[in-house]
Amino acid sequence: MSLDTATVRRVASLARLRVEEADLPRLEAELNGILGWIEQLQAVDTQGVEPMAGGGAEALRMREDRVTDGGIQEKVLANAPDRADAFFAVPKVVE
Amino acid sequence: MTHPTELTIAGARAALDRREISAVELTRAHLDAIAALNPRLNAYITPTPELAERQAAEADAALARGEGRALTGIPLAIKDLFCTAGTRTTAASRILGNFVPPYESTVTANLLRDGAVFLGKANLDEFAMGSSNTSSAFGAAENPWKRQGEEDTFLVPGGSSGGSAAAVAARLALGATATDTGGSIRQPAAFCGIAGIKPTYGRCSRFGIVAYASSLDQAGPVARTVEDCAILLGSMAGFDPRDSTSADVAVPDFAAAVARGVKGLRIGIPREYRMEGLSPEIDALWQQGMAWLKAEGATLVDISLPHTKYALPTYYIVAPAEASSNLARYDGVRFGLRENGEDLKDLYERTRAAGFGDEVKRRILIGTYVLSAGYYDAYYVKAQQVRALIKRDFDRAWGEVDAILTPATPSAAFGRDEKQDDPVAMYLNDVFTVTANLAGIPGMSVPAGLDAKGLPLGLQILGKPFDEETVFAVGGAIERAAGFNALPTLRAAA
Amino acid sequence: MSYTIEGSTGPWEVVIGLEVHAQVTSEAKLFSGAATAFGAEPNSQVSFIDAGFPGMLPVINRECVAQAVRTGLGLNAQVNLWSRFDRKNYFYADLPQGYQISQYQYPVIGTGQIEIDLADGSTKQIGITRLHLEQDAGKSLHDQHPSKSYIDLNRSGVALMEIVSEPDMRSPEEAGAYLTKLRQILRYLGTCDGNMEQGSLRADVNVSVRKPGEGFRTRCEVKNVNSIRFVMQAVEAEARRQVELWEAGEEVVQETRLFDTTRGVTRSMRSKEDAHDYRYFPDPDLPPLVLDAAWVEALKAALPELPDARRARYVGDFGLTPYDAHVLTLEKETAAFYEAVAKGRDPKMAANWITGDFFAGLNRTGASIGSSPVSAGDLGALLDLISDSTLSGKLAKEVLEAMFETGKPPAAIVEERGLKQVTDTGAIEAVIDQVMAANAGKVEEYRSGKDKLFGFFVGQTMKAMQGKGNPALVNELLKKKLG
Ligand SMILES: [Mg+2]
Ligand SMILES: [Zn+2]
Repeated sequence: MSLDTATVRRVASLARLRVEEADLPRLEAELNGILGWIEQLQAVDTQGVEPMAGGGAEALRMREDRVTDGGIQEKVLANAPDRADAFFAVPKVVE
Repeated sequence: MTHPTELTIAGARAALDRREISAVELTRAHLDAIAALNPRLNAYITPTPELAERQAAEADAALARGEGRALTGIPLAIKDLFCTAGTRTTAASRILGNFVPPYESTVTANLLRDGAVFLGKANLDEFAMGSSNTSSAFGAAENPWKRQGEEDTFLVPGGSSGGSAAAVAARLALGATATDTGGSIRQPAAFCGIAGIKPTYGRCSRFGIVAYASSLDQAGPVARTVEDCAILLGSMAGFDPRDSTSADVAVPDFAAAVARGVKGLRIGIPREYRMEGLSPEIDALWQQGMAWLKAEGATLVDISLPHTKYALPTYYIVAPAEASSNLARYDGVRFGLRENGEDLKDLYERTRAAGFGDEVKRRILIGTYVLSAGYYDAYYVKAQQVRALIKRDFDRAWGEVDAILTPATPSAAFGRDEKQDDPVAMYLNDVFTVTANLAGIPGMSVPAGLDAKGLPLGLQILGKPFDEETVFAVGGAIERAAGFNALPTLRAAA
Repeated sequence: MSYTIEGSTGPWEVVIGLEVHAQVTSEAKLFSGAATAFGAEPNSQVSFIDAGFPGMLPVINRECVAQAVRTGLGLNAQVNLWSRFDRKNYFYADLPQGYQISQYQYPVIGTGQIEIDLADGSTKQIGITRLHLEQDAGKSLHDQHPSKSYIDLNRSGVALMEIVSEPDMRSPEEAGAYLTKLRQILRYLGTCDGNMEQGSLRADVNVSVRKPGEGFRTRCEVKNVNSIRFVMQAVEAEARRQVELWEAGEEVVQETRLFDTTRGVTRSMRSKEDAHDYRYFPDPDLPPLVLDAAWVEALKAALPELPDARRARYVGDFGLTPYDAHVLTLEKETAAFYEAVAKGRDPKMAANWITGDFFAGLNRTGASIGSSPVSAGDLGALLDLISDSTLSGKLAKEVLEAMFETGKPPAAIVEERGLKQVTDTGAIEAVIDQVMAANAGKVEEYRSGKDKLFGFFVGQTMKAMQGKGNPALVNELLKKKLG
């Protein structure tokens, strides 16, 4: 499987990364280099192998239903690049 | 007495207890060294001298009250991936260039609880993605070691924990925190001639560590001795209810295990690690390691880990996939860099294009692609299946052996300008280390010798899940046998 | 007669499936310890986890899982002892992590069923495809600034149950009945408050149309409809739009749409255009959700009685009409009120009074069961005054009216207004004697066979007693005196 320019553009858009047209050929070549190398995995027989998602515990630990957090409005907003009173602000979104 | 920056953590603690040195003196010696050498080495992104002075004074007060703890007064470097309350935390990225977390990571909180002094935030590859520390938005960190006769060549300290390893090797800290997703503790430790351990997945809490690949990320220490690593890990580790993947298991006395010896241990030598093109120097070092362990009473067992060669490509699906999702939160809305745009999508795209470096973008794109519709099964599910097979290889090996010995890296430290053109060539650095992350097992790198150019080389010990004690025992035996005492060219008080 | 839309090419059938997002009733959020209460200051119920800060990790709330399991049991659905959380990746201003933690491949609840009640008295089974747990997003305010949207993350991370139905509904009425029944079950279970105005319950309505006998055609999803009435209107509007498209020889394009409640039409949702590749994958921060079978059994054993069971009991044990049973079980609060009144009393009498004069009183005063000036205890006491003949039925109605006005218990009103029924036979006989003396002619007529006049004497006697004579005694004594 190899990527074409249109796919690189689409993936960059999905990932919300602005890519300049001039950079597309380089990116395309790099990504295809990596994907071509990854391709060797197809040689492994994985018939019937249960996929392994994570390295951790077998089961989730559950916490009690108590309010232990929040009430830190100022701290939550302190790093905001644009805030309006108690809100985060972004360019107007049209639904 | 020895110069304060030459002390080990164990030695410094003893000296502090005996009042041979004060915590403030010990800290100032390091701050002076940082002031002198960091402009060259760039091991720290953000030194925190005021904080360190304050913490050192508190440490002296605690010692005076007889309330010294395991790390009271010990000056450490903190990889700038650990969120530290009130101190800028950048992940070596422009996108977090001004981010000051209002919270403390669990690991650093544990170190503070035990009295540690934080000298500053150490350099790394951007978002811990890399094996050279050259992708940092704050400039590359430099390896304090030099090739003989090539003193002008800038060598990388390895990565991603390159700043941590360089700082410890150059005597700009007694120890440091690091993280390891594919080898990011062990490879820089090997490149810088120090020790480092990636513990079992779940041993250290990930809470408050900027995430790269959640199912692989694990915190651990780098230090100049195996015992120092054990002391640091003893403080960093422990169950944390705020991390759902943190293991609720007791933390043993790791330091006590270091002197245990290897008599009677069965040490696995995996044949698949003798890869095509393995450098004769690395191979010779490996043979030497086997001989040392045998001489100390261990039995060597030839084992097979058949899926080893698929570990790296598996990693380069799993890690970018998780990273593409983990890094979606850097969008210029609630914290970090914002670049204005015509509309919200444009704002996102410009912010992320300006905020992330090339390697991070590459991995985000790869990760987005392998998860996207139509490719998920062929790439992501396939990688998860191979990951299961890699883990199964190890599970089988534990039936035969107590620990496994391998080289830590395929080469010694390389030059900053080498391997930069081909991402895949760079990825091959982690060929020996990445299996431990995929299987979730502990792995340690111990300095064991020098190559022909005088650069340090490391051996890696892999262990069973939650059996870091055996790893420390084997590491201690290699350390004693190797008697590694070479020093880097660039270092404090040298 | 089944519902169809009459087009120029003949009748069209409507196919409807609902995805309902129900906010789980809990103190804290699904993966953080921040509060869930409605109406707080913007961004005041937000943890660093909810705001997607670096290094923050989710830890699941046991009660939210329990609520999902209770709901699954209430929907007669399969409880999956092994399920998993996946990430749904997309960028949106009020989605701080850049992904929603949801359950995609392995939901906690599998297939189930709901029986809906239709206006003609019939019922219909609607299949439940699945129920899964997920995080809510924050809220974007678009009307605060000319060129900016404002983000409030108070809702971010609140637990939602997404309940997906099979495409089993065929009319706006069925869609409305489904949502009504689902809401009723959730409220009985206490797993969601069902408050649609506050957004605790929102429906995504999937609509397609087809010629009778055909397979499914392309569907559209009308997002976030927030009242039962609007769901019914949205189905109708969207179905008509699709019929017009097909009949004009055009194609229906699969897309997400919004229902414009003022204009009564649906329109395409631009912001969702790009979001169709969600790149789901297992959340590496969360091991699988593994439930203990004994824990599920314990939740099941502690489940409250659900509306269908309760209605059957009212008909079977209490002898109520199916209609009264239906009305009394619609709301959990009503049923609880009814049972409090009926306890130790005649259940049919209690039902009649509640569905009759009591509901009328609520209507008149604009009160609800929760805010009723007449408590269940006071209404019960009123019924007791009827049973022990203190009050006639007619007087009791008067007393109830006064209870609504004053909020006082019935005994106090009877006392104040002197409404106590007269049961003293001597007193009644004395009045009857006066009435007979004043109407001697009529007494003669009655005694010579004009039976119809009996009612006249009852009326005169009651009038003289200002309505307070015990009707049975008045009758009995009149019969005796008139001979
Ligand atoms: Mg939906
Ligand atoms: Zn949903």
